[in-house]
Amino acid sequence: MSPVMLDLLIQSVWETLLMTGASGLISLAAGLPLGLALVATDRGGIAPNPWLNSALGAVINAFRSVPFIILLVALIPVTRFIVGTSIGMWAAIVPLSIGATPYYARIAEVSLREVDRGLIEAVRAMGGNRWAIIREVLVPEALPGIVAGFTVTLVTLIGASAMAGAIGAGGLGDLAIRYGYQRFETSIMVAVVIVLIVLVCGIQWVGDRLVKRLDHRV
Amino acid sequence: MNSHVSVPDGTRAVVADTAQADDVVRLDNVKRHFGATPALDGVSLTVRKGEILGIIGRSGAGKSTLIRCLNGLERPESGSIFVEGRQITGLDERQLQPFRRRIGMIFQHFNLLSAKTVEENVALPLKIEGRPRAERFNRARELLELVGLSDKAKAYPSSLSGGQKQRVGIARALAARPALLLSDEATSALDPETTRSILALLKDINRKLGLTILLITHEMEVVRSIGDRVAVIDAGKIVEEGPVWSVFADPQTDITKSLLAGIRPQLPAHIASGLSPVPGGEAVLGVDLAGTAAQGTLLADLPVAFRLLHGGVDHVQDQAVARLYLAVPSGALDKVVPFLEARSARVEVLGYVSGNA
Repeated sequence: MSPVMLDLLIQSVWETLLMTGASGLISLAAGLPLGLALVATDRGGIAPNPWLNSALGAVINAFRSVPFIILLVALIPVTRFIVGTSIGMWAAIVPLSIGATPYYARIAEVSLREVDRGLIEAVRAMGGNRWAIIREVLVPEALPGIVAGFTVTLVTLIGASAMAGAIGAGGLGDLAIRYGYQRFETSIMVAVVIVLIVLVCGIQWVGDRLVKRLDHRV
Repeated sequence: MNSHVSVPDGTRAVVADTAQADDVVRLDNVKRHFGATPALDGVSLTVRKGEILGIIGRSGAGKSTLIRCLNGLERPESGSIFVEGRQITGLDERQLQPFRRRIGMIFQHFNLLSAKTVEENVALPLKIEGRPRAERFNRARELLELVGLSDKAKAYPSSLSGGQKQRVGIARALAARPALLLSDEATSALDPETTRSILALLKDINRKLGLTILLITHEMEVVRSIGDRVAVIDAGKIVEEGPVWSVFADPQTDITKSLLAGIRPQLPAHIASGLSPVPGGEAVLGVDLAGTAAQGTLLADLPVAFRLLHGGVDHVQDQAVARLYLAVPSGALDKVVPFLEARSARVEVLGYVSGNA
C-alpha cells in the first residue's frame, strides 16, 4: 500500500472514530434520560403517566422503524439547520445521533427495568424522593447493562457510519466503497475490513472489561 | 378481639392505657382493599415506645399491607394512622418523606444496593437526608461496629452471607436514628442459627437503644424469642392481641392455636388417633398453665393417680408456660377438672382411651 493510501486510511479511521464517538456520546446523553422516562412513566413506575409513556414509546418506535439510509436523506433539512451544511462528517453526526438515540433508549430501558423493585422500595422507605431513586438505585444498579448497551450501540454506529459515506461523510465505509469497490483496489478493501474488525473487537473488549469491573451483582 | 390484660402475680405489669405520647404508631380502624378482597379490614393497633410488637399471621393475612401502611408505601382507603402523634394519612409523597426517615425498615430479601459498598449502603439514609459526608461515614462505622461487621465496610454485599447482609440491613435501618424499626419477615430467608443471631441482635438493640420494633412474621418462634406483645392478624383483622406469654399460655382463637401448633407440645399422633368421644376408661386432658401455676407442685397435689402422656414447660418473657397432656380415670374427672381449674389451669377434655394408650 502506497504512503498516500496509508494516509488516506489513517484519516478514514480518524473520521470513523470521530463520527462514532460523537454520535455515541450524544445518543448516550439523550437515550439514557429517554430510557429512564420510559421506565418511570410506565404503570407501577416511580412517576406513572400512561399517556406520556405511550407517546414516548410511539415516537421511539417510529424512528426505529425507519431504515438508517432513509433517515440520512430525510433528515437533510434538519441537518442543514443544525450544522449549516448537509455534506461532510459533521453533517453525518446529526442523523447518526438521531438514529442511535431511540435505539439506545430501548437498550437502557431494558437494563433499568431489570432493577429489583425491592431496592426502589427500600429507598422510598428511607424517605428518598424520585431523584434519589434515580441517582442511588436505578442508574447505579443498571450501570453494567447501561455500559454493555452503550458498547453495542457504538458497534452499531460504526456500521451505520459507513452508510454516511453516501452524503460525503468520509470514514472507513466511504473509503472502502470509493477505492476498494469502485476502483477495484482489493488491498484497500481488505485493509478496511481488517481495521473494522480490530476496531469492533477493541470497543467490545473495553466495554466487557468495564462491565466486569462495574458489576457487583452476584 | 380478645385482649389479654390479666396479669398474674409476680409479672411485670402491662399497662392497658398508656399515655398517647408514648405511642410511636397508632392505627385507627384502617381499611384497605385489593379488588374485592379486604387486605386490612378495620385494623386498630398501637405500638408503644420501647416495646417489641410482633404481628403474626399466615401469608395473605394482611401483614405486609399493614406494615407498608405505616410508612406510607401503601395508602389506606379509610381510617387514620398516627406516627409519633401526627397523622400521616392524606399526606402526599413529599410530605411523607420526613416521616419515613423516622422509621427504619428491614426486609426479607435485605434489599441492599449491589453497586454500593457495605458502608455506602449503611450511610445511604443519611445521604438522602443531605448530611455531610464525614458525618455519614462516621455513623456508618459506628453502626457496623454495633452489628459486628466493621471489617466488611469496604466489601460489596454480594460477598456477604445472608446473616451478614441482614446485619448490614439493620445497620442501614438505624442510620437515621429512627423512632421505630419495621421488620418485614426479616429472618424468613435465613437458616435457624442465623435467625437466632439476628433476633438476638434485634433484642440487644431494643434494650441498648430503647428502640421500638414492630416485626411481622409467620413464625411464632420469632415472636416467642423476642416479642413483648403479639397481635394475631387473620383475613385483615386483628383477632387476638396481648403480652406474648399470655397469648402463648391461653390462645383464644383457632388461628392462634394453629400458629402455635409448631412450637407447643402436641398430643402425639398415635395417641390422638386412638381417642374416642365416648366416655370410659381414661380421659385424656390437655392442660395449659402459666406463671407460678406452671412451676408449682400442682401435679404432685392432684387428688388421683394420673399418667403424664406428653408435654413440657416453656419460658416466654421469663414466664413459665406449660402445656401438659394427662390421662386420668374417667370416673375421677369431676374431681380433677375443678381441682385444676381452681388453680388457674385451663383444662380441655380431648377424648377417652380404653386403657394403656
